[in-house]
Amino acid sequence: MTNDTPARGADRPALVVGLLLLAVAGVVYYDASQQTITSNYGVGPTAMPYVACVGLVILGLAHLVVAFRDGLPKPEAADGGALLWIVGGLVGLIACIALGAGFTIATTILFACTARGFGRRALAVDGAIGFVLGLAIFLVFAKLLTLLLPAGPLERLFL
Amino acid sequence: MDTTIALLNGFSVALEPSKLLFCLVGVFLGTAVGVLPGIGPALTVALLLPVTFKLDPAGSLIMFAGIYYGGMYGGSTTAILLNAPGESASMATALEGSKMAKAGRGGPALATAAIGSFVAGLIATIGLTFLAPWLVEVAIKFGPWDYFALMIVAFVTVSATFGDSPLRGLTSLFIGITLGLVGIDKLTGQARLTFGVPELLNGIEVTTLAVGLFAVGEALFVASKRFRDPEEIVPIKGSLWMSKQDWKRSWAPWLRGTAFGFPIGALPAGGAEVPTFLSYSTEKKLCKYPEEFGKGAIEGVAGPEAANNAAAAGVLVPLLTLGLPTSATAAIMLAGFQQYGLNPGPLLFAEKPDLVWGLIASLFIANVMLVILNLPLIGLWVKLLAVPQPWLYAGILVFATMGTLAVNPSPVELGLLFLFGYLGYLMRRYDYPVAPMVVGLILGPMAEAQLRRALQISLGDPMILLENPISATLLTLAFIALVAPFVMKGLNRFKAAED
Repeated sequence: MTNDTPARGADRPALVVGLLLLAVAGVVYYDASQQTITSNYGVGPTAMPYVACVGLVILGLAHLVVAFRDGLPKPEAADGGALLWIVGGLVGLIACIALGAGFTIATTILFACTARGFGRRALAVDGAIGFVLGLAIFLVFAKLLTLLLPAGPLERLFL
Repeated sequence: MDTTIALLNGFSVALEPSKLLFCLVGVFLGTAVGVLPGIGPALTVALLLPVTFKLDPAGSLIMFAGIYYGGMYGGSTTAILLNAPGESASMATALEGSKMAKAGRGGPALATAAIGSFVAGLIATIGLTFLAPWLVEVAIKFGPWDYFALMIVAFVTVSATFGDSPLRGLTSLFIGITLGLVGIDKLTGQARLTFGVPELLNGIEVTTLAVGLFAVGEALFVASKRFRDPEEIVPIKGSLWMSKQDWKRSWAPWLRGTAFGFPIGALPAGGAEVPTFLSYSTEKKLCKYPEEFGKGAIEGVAGPEAANNAAAAGVLVPLLTLGLPTSATAAIMLAGFQQYGLNPGPLLFAEKPDLVWGLIASLFIANVMLVILNLPLIGLWVKLLAVPQPWLYAGILVFATMGTLAVNPSPVELGLLFLFGYLGYLMRRYDYPVAPMVVGLILGPMAEAQLRRALQISLGDPMILLENPISATLLTLAFIALVAPFVMKGLNRFKAAED
């Protein structure tokens, strides 16, 4: 694992993880220090955050040490384009739900974008599959399980 | 004798037609989803948890159990035919199983896996039946300090002892514990780490974390490296059935695998990975045809697969009797109990014997159903493997968001799902285990509650943890388990030896 590490000092991912852990520890500490309610007996609600905080600091420091030694395992090169399509699909889905466009349209976007991210080049066909799948799930949930998934104008036609 | 009567009562519950139907649906869904590559039992249960949200508790718990066992069976099919183990516990199965499939002996490999799983599942469920009431007797005497110590043991073993890197395992665990702090503190009402976001007051849903880490994270990870050589399905040639010699070579590994799997699964030692590799290396040593190992030895499928399923039943022992989940799947099962306001533990045995024993009885039934369903339907499962990857993962993401929206239809929850997904992707990329995080999220608040209860009783004196023999012993064990990997790095050498 260490053979291909160039001798240029720190391993960046390990350094970043270490610093992030320290940052999270800082946030946990700050949040606990701002709490107002205390307990009369034993330990209050701040004890566990401080324990977590100490753990995170130790692990963060350990990562910093690791960064200057072996570093983290070297991952293979990632296909950024594929990731971007899927992330785009997920963002589209959240936007749809937040704006009230309903489950079916959200699913259509997510399905088409994910399939595209995995290398298919038939957005329209995949969109249609996503649409049917989304509507079917919505109806099964609404009618059989009496659970209402987020409904938009389209779903209201069926209710 | 009480146990037998209780179990018979359980069967009278589990054999009701509606319960049988739940069991069948669970087994079927579990196998189907478990067969899909990249999906292990943990994700299977997490994805299907919201579907059972509004059903009757006994029925849906029986369904979970079916999903759990079915997922284990389905996973072995993927491991053998696709060489793509959905979870670490079927890694050992894939080693020999995929070689057998390539050599045209896929049928016997699947058969020995299925029958071995049945034998192991049956023996281990009997073990569960008789161990559980005894453990409940013991657990009644447990004080909060003992529970706290048990949870510390689980923390350490799940994250530190058996992973490749204790540092990365513990990091995953502590992120989980930190996430567990989010929300309103149950004892005082203090809001913690909510940053004024009202959706966070109820804390972070276990299913959101699990589905994000497992489903979304896995999809992103697979997509990011899709240009690598695609995995090929090996078609099953020849007979499905095992020859006389196959039987002769399989029965002893089944039993030995069970003997490894059940006790290790039942100890709070975390999951099924260790017994499967122990079983694999044992069979390799005992086998009369050692030259076949690496080329498709049936013992190498029979043993680990039995160990895998026995451990799965073993994990239910601490889950049902102590409420202590020791694997990611068990953690999600616990979330399943909690969605009905049920808390597994000694009290549940006393308060809802019908439910607990019905569940245990249904495990026997699920096992029988699986062995009957699995082999004849193997053609159907193989077809599932042929679903094109883009549609498969697109479908998984749709199901993942469906589950999240069914539990809590808010953009914040979806945002969390997405964040956890990205985190899961990064963790996979840099080889951090994700299971400790799920266990940390669910066990963290429980450990905190027990510790605070213990300290309330002792009026704030922490020595109470060391003054009680059980908790002192457990904490010592946890400490040894934590320090041992750092002291002697050769502890996981049996894993390295397989590569």
